[in-house]
Amino acid sequence: MTEILTDPFLWETIIQGLLFGGVLALLSLGLNLIFGVIDVVWICYAELVMVGMYAIWWLYVPNGVPLPVAMLTGILTVALLGVILHFVVIRPILHTEPINQLLVTGGVLFFLQGAATLVFSVEFRTLGVFMGSVEVGNMMFPWTRILAFLTSLVAVAALWLFLKKTYIGTAIRAISQDREVMPLMGVSPSRIYLTTSALGGGLAGLGACLLALLYDIHPAIGLSFGPLVFLICVLGGLGNLFGGFVAAFIFAEFIALGGYYTEVEWGYVMAFFFFIVMMFIRPQGLFSRAR
Amino acid sequence: MLVLKNVSAGYGAFQALFDVSLEVKAGEAVAVIGPNGAGKTSLLRAITKVIVPTSGSVEMEGVSLRDVPAHKIIELGVAHVPEHRRLFPGLTVEENLKMGAYMRSAREAYKERLAYVYDLFPRMKERRHQVAGTMSGGEQQMCAIGRGLMSGPKLLLLDEPSAGLAPVIVQQVFDLVRRIRSEGYTVLIVEQNIQQVLRVVDRAYLLEVGRIRASGQASDLLANEDVRKAYVGI
Repeated sequence: MTEILTDPFLWETIIQGLLFGGVLALLSLGLNLIFGVIDVVWICYAELVMVGMYAIWWLYVPNGVPLPVAMLTGILTVALLGVILHFVVIRPILHTEPINQLLVTGGVLFFLQGAATLVFSVEFRTLGVFMGSVEVGNMMFPWTRILAFLTSLVAVAALWLFLKKTYIGTAIRAISQDREVMPLMGVSPSRIYLTTSALGGGLAGLGACLLALLYDIHPAIGLSFGPLVFLICVLGGLGNLFGGFVAAFIFAEFIALGGYYTEVEWGYVMAFFFFIVMMFIRPQGLFSRAR
Repeated sequence: MLVLKNVSAGYGAFQALFDVSLEVKAGEAVAVIGPNGAGKTSLLRAITKVIVPTSGSVEMEGVSLRDVPAHKIIELGVAHVPEHRRLFPGLTVEENLKMGAYMRSAREAYKERLAYVYDLFPRMKERRHQVAGTMSGGEQQMCAIGRGLMSGPKLLLLDEPSAGLAPVIVQQVFDLVRRIRSEGYTVLIVEQNIQQVLRVVDRAYLLEVGRIRASGQASDLLANEDVRKAYVGI
């Protein structure tokens, strides 16, 4: 037992998992707003992140735009993409069966993947930004991951406050509960959808900034974390931002510890297995659905 | 205050209202009575443009609502408390009330309006952090009316506030309507509970299959043989 507790590699793995959880938490935040709070399915959410990563890469690497400007532009690009997605693809079918949202945004997923392949080819792209690491004892923690972790903490808290304290945030939480009655309150539903889509897209863009620092960019990168962020939202209890946060860390630790004891792939298998079991025990998610 | 002239409206191919004309004067309480499916709810919906009238005109204090978008009608002083209350079930009582004060001018007066509504309904103050969907029907109705009052309206549209409630609670709801009246609001109320509502209002219109069949002082309608036979059951 004491061997386990003093094993520095194990501790490093656990903390790395925690930091990876921060990345996942940040990635799932925008999706939780769209999928969990306003009940709209963007199955192509991870592909929006992918587009954001390419936008940042394209501005920063071939065009030499300073990184902060490239990132800000990347965030705005994905925010705009979210708005376009809503008004062009989602809005015409908003009043039909929800399954249609899954189908059309599924189409958008393949469209974005295909378009990225055409424009940027399948070559792996990298920002080539190295931020160094922090050394604690014998353990090394990359700054990029620490940055992702801290950003996600701030973003979760800020989004929660926005949804809880402002009028528009309250309306965002209300709209999935009763859309028809909103105008009677003086609320324009399309303005709420506009705001939420831009915000969800912007959060996907924020995720893209951090992901682009951590990983190589390629057209299929969405597939490597897209399913994961959906499961995080469901496991945490749809729309429950803190639940999503906790779920992100659970998944991340499964993957990190799986990687430590066997292989990362086994970590994924264990994480998904845990998800399936939990869906039998608590189909509403670890925490109740928050509105 | 509110004038409807020859309003027709419906849902797609189904026409629910035929040439309905009606007037509510400032300070009045007016009821629209009639059986199930007469078009009472559609009438209120046509006023606040939940359904858009196909012909005719609706005017609020001389302003035509024709070119006013649905979400701006509340700014003219019209609050619509819809059928089945339609609270946001997952929001707390206070958050529901906050939604009622969404429009800009109401936000500035939010604190005072909230204190006013809590004063009117102390029960809502006790329950302010409770999730609205978990309250009883009568409490939900209180909350829905409170939400309507949060915008500081001149005219309150009430759609079947007594529907689906136990008889004791129905009595309380009508007492509530009486109190709203005494607070100086102009009220247009739609009801199936004819005998009760006619004791609360000044005037009433009888709506049948989308057309106004009769109108007059509430006491006259209550005494009207046809109305009595058909709807009051005495």
